[in-house]
Amino acid sequence: MPHRTFFWFFFPSGLAMLLFIGLPIISSFFQSLHIEPEQILMEVEKCDPFGCKTETKVDIEATTKLQEEQPLGRFNGLGTYGDRNHLAFEEIKEAWINSSSIAEFTDILLNLPFYKALLFTLTFCFAVTPPVVVLGFIVALSVNTITKSLKGPTIFGVILPMIVTPLIGSLVLFWMIDAKGILGSFIQFLFDDPNLSLKSSSQLTWITLIIYGIWHNTPFAFVVFYAALQTVPQDPIEAAIIDGASRYERVRHIVIPHLYPVATFIILICLMDNFRVLEPIIGFAAEGVAQSLSWMIYNDLRSENKMLFGSAGATSMLTIIGVAILLTPVLIRTWREFRTER
Amino acid sequence: MESKINRYSKQLILINSFFILAWLVVSVFPFIWTFWGSFKVKADFFSRADWMFAVTGVNTLIETGDTSTVKAYVESWTEGEFWKATMNTVIITVSVVTISLFLGTLGAYALSRSTYKYTFWILIAALIFRAMPHITLVSGYLFPFFQLNVWGILPTTIIVLVAINQPFTLWLLYSFFKTVPKELDESALIDGCSYFQAFRFVIMPVMWPGVVTAGLFSMMLAYNDFTVTSLLLNQQNYTMVPKINAYLGTIEHSGNYMWAVSSVVSATAPLFMIIMFFQRQLISGLTAGAVKG
Repeated sequence: MPHRTFFWFFFPSGLAMLLFIGLPIISSFFQSLHIEPEQILMEVEKCDPFGCKTETKVDIEATTKLQEEQPLGRFNGLGTYGDRNHLAFEEIKEAWINSSSIAEFTDILLNLPFYKALLFTLTFCFAVTPPVVVLGFIVALSVNTITKSLKGPTIFGVILPMIVTPLIGSLVLFWMIDAKGILGSFIQFLFDDPNLSLKSSSQLTWITLIIYGIWHNTPFAFVVFYAALQTVPQDPIEAAIIDGASRYERVRHIVIPHLYPVATFIILICLMDNFRVLEPIIGFAAEGVAQSLSWMIYNDLRSENKMLFGSAGATSMLTIIGVAILLTPVLIRTWREFRTER
Repeated sequence: MESKINRYSKQLILINSFFILAWLVVSVFPFIWTFWGSFKVKADFFSRADWMFAVTGVNTLIETGDTSTVKAYVESWTEGEFWKATMNTVIITVSVVTISLFLGTLGAYALSRSTYKYTFWILIAALIFRAMPHITLVSGYLFPFFQLNVWGILPTTIIVLVAINQPFTLWLLYSFFKTVPKELDESALIDGCSYFQAFRFVIMPVMWPGVVTAGLFSMMLAYNDFTVTSLLLNQQNYTMVPKINAYLGTIEHSGNYMWAVSSVVSATAPLFMIIMFFQRQLISGLTAGAVKG
């Protein structure tokens, strides 16, 4: 295809991506270099019959004027990245000097907002992914063996958790797990503790969120595994049967090796998707004990009177760096595939 | 695995059926439970006294005179203005699907037929774009959109969702067009068609299976979106998902909480029906296109 034709075919799509994915990233970076303008204070002398006092007040007029002049705020360089809510260099340095043991230092470190969020995000990613892969594989194997006429409805049932948006999915589970819901009461009955609630401690909330993550992501792993199972070559399996291999041995030595590349793909996609976890935290109303990087950005942007563009931008940049690290293996894989294709 | 020598033993079938049934309960029961509970009052669905109330509807009987009620539905659709949210969702979903398929088919067709190296880099860029968390993009939109005064309205959100959706659509349709034999449009070109004519008269009639799959994913993205719609739309223009979240904000008001429950049912039911209808396309898309990103 000549360059010109290609250009016109691709132009609309490319323009949309450039304007609304490429530019926002740059805009985010630009915002992160700025910080909200400080309020201008002025001293007012107030006199009453008992004497005069000087008060400091916010000069609203001057502040609004400044905001109009510099809507993005003043230039702050990389300052926002280092402040307490992000990488917190100062605080870490201080903690390193003052804390007597590594445990104390980690404790201080993990109570800083950014590191706390990072810890949750990574825990969520790496706790959800392995069970998803294992469960997805088992479900796929087992759906593959049932009668053909039942397959359609079964697959439909199995993929439901994936279809609904995470917010709705987490709400549906939350309403059951809630202390007043059916599962919540069942758990209370099971442990014989009427005050037990999955929201009572941060560990329990984390576990609930992770269970939700597994519930939501397993269908995806299932679908990909199920499709891959259809491509498993039949000849070696039949040969193995003739040689007397048991079902377990056949799965272990023929099916699983065949599915390795698919499994790595699922792991990477799962890690990448779960790195942006946000909706479950809102659905489970777990903001108090579990914050993710995405949630930090959401929180900065949500406040109605004052949006913290600078802070949100900085967290966005740091998140993108995290995604980039996770993405590298996928890119290498795609590059190799492309190489072999040509 | 239908061959005769590969029969399953009875025990295996039994264990397998149990496992599948258990798994189906895990994945489907929450939805059935919510559906059932949406016809009860809050005192039943979130019962402190006894969870069985949600099944029998004791308080619902006391409060409304019947064991099930559509009060939450009626109120959320009228007083809660869920009809407006539904309408916005329909507008956004239809527009996003149409526009992104239009842009996507053209772009993906060009990518699949060009032999130059830059197509590879474009696809890689699309892959990187696909991986960007949506919230980081939103943080980049808000400030310029406020300055340009386009924040809060539907068209902005539609364009943004189309753009966010492009990378995936491109990959999906790219892999689809790769399976359409090149000879088909090449022969049209030899016969004197322009590239656009070849696309219009030769490719378009055969591209519908791929387009349906891509459309399904675009639909799910637009229909299910929370991050973009909740931050880029103002309260009046909210779509269903942010609207449900808004109902939750008023936890104290017991009536409103059931609005959220009934709205969840209202929002999921159409989606499930569509998926039931197009299940095959959805799965083929997940395995073909999604494998690439």
